Amino acid sequence: MSLAGTFTAILVRDLARTAGRSGDVVAVLAFFVVAATLFPLGVGPGPQVLARIASGVVWASALLAVLLSLDRLFDADRNDGALEGLALSPAPLAVVVLAKTTAHWLTTGLPLILMAPLVAIMLQAELRLVPALMASLALGTPALSLIGAIGAALTLGARRGAALMPLLLLPLYVPVLIFGVGAVEAAANGLPMGPHLMLLAAGSVLALALAPLAAAAGLRAGLD
Amino acid sequence: MHRYANPTLYGRIVDRVRRPAALAGLALILVGLYLGLFVAPPDYQQGESFRIMYVHVPAAWMAMFSYAGLAVSSAVYLIWRHGVADVTAKAIAPAGAAFTAIALVTGSLWGQPMWGTWWVWDARLTSVLLLFFLYLGYMVLRDAFDAPERGAKAAAILAVVGVVNLPIIKFSVDWWNTLHQPATISKLDAPSIHPSMLWPLLAMALGFTLIFVAIVCLRARTELLERRARSLEMQAALGRAE
Repeated sequence: MSLAGTFTAILVRDLARTAGRSGDVVAVLAFFVVAATLFPLGVGPGPQVLARIASGVVWASALLAVLLSLDRLFDADRNDGALEGLALSPAPLAVVVLAKTTAHWLTTGLPLILMAPLVAIMLQAELRLVPALMASLALGTPALSLIGAIGAALTLGARRGAALMPLLLLPLYVPVLIFGVGAVEAAANGLPMGPHLMLLAAGSVLALALAPLAAAAGLRAGLD
Repeated sequence: MHRYANPTLYGRIVDRVRRPAALAGLALILVGLYLGLFVAPPDYQQGESFRIMYVHVPAAWMAMFSYAGLAVSSAVYLIWRHGVADVTAKAIAPAGAAFTAIALVTGSLWGQPMWGTWWVWDARLTSVLLLFFLYLGYMVLRDAFDAPERGAKAAAILAVVGVVNLPIIKFSVDWWNTLHQPATISKLDAPSIHPSMLWPLLAMALGFTLIFVAIVCLRARTELLERRARSLEMQAALGRAE
């Protein structure tokens, strides 16, 4: 089977599995909205304050939603033994990881991007900033899923795995958050946001190249 | 280098290094403290408060130096599967985390009289805080599994991934801060430092390094003995089972 064939087969399988359990996607989106809702309640309903922090709140809430969805990335395959099978198959494990991460992004990152305008409007963000926000999420969330795959692989079978993940991933997520919010802030201040978006894209490309290898190594460490 | 992967030889080396390193480190720290607290003149700008530098700066250096050691040991362990590299990494992590915590706390104590605040989201402070999280993550991940080797490998991968990330963190955080607000605080501008202030700093830095080496040797030795004890227990249990 070719690499592309392997990739497609895993991707389709994972997407079909999620389609059968649409609750996963709903849970991610619900968390996103709930997390963002806490901020107005916490800092008060003043439109100026909210508009000022809107892009940061949307980004931070989206990041947390991705973080919470990661534990299901390899769990099902580990529980039914599919992971051992995939590790023993001739297909490179990194390609399997990449396919699974792609499926994960399509069922978390993508819905979050589509949901972002609604949350941004709830937070009194300026409408003209919504495209910038969506663009920065579109370029940044792939990095979140890819780096997240490393965390999911390393904590597979760990005690308190879900509680571990934020601690492990926060230092790795910080640059994505900074450049993601930076792009929107630049747009808000009438500055070009190209540099931020390019750095964000560079981060996603770097993660695309390295994260599947690191995550595959992490999975192997958990299997043998 | 592979010769040193033998646990017996490694154990002998750490045993031989441990005590001299500890004594020399302690002596240097005492000398450095005396020179720094009693001999060096007060700083023309900061008065007496600058003296915290003699603990703060070496601790911050050690925080980074330790991470380099942790990452190199982890990489050696992942590539060549040398158990002693893992023993070294395990020994380094808590020491590195402690130096990072000392750097954060002493910086905070210095910040209060100098900047009027315990904490600012300054680029440097933020990246050191994230470094502290990386150390914590390493240690927590090591202990999160029933099989020790599984935790060791996962944590080693995390340590190596962290190295790729450190320059990115540094760069992004530097940039983030200049983007959000003009730097209210720029680093202490000292183009030249008087020898009476420099010597204690060098003594402290070398002393901290030697103490770090001694701590790592002690922890590595303990870890080797624990592993030996575990395998002897296993053998004894197997012997009883037969």
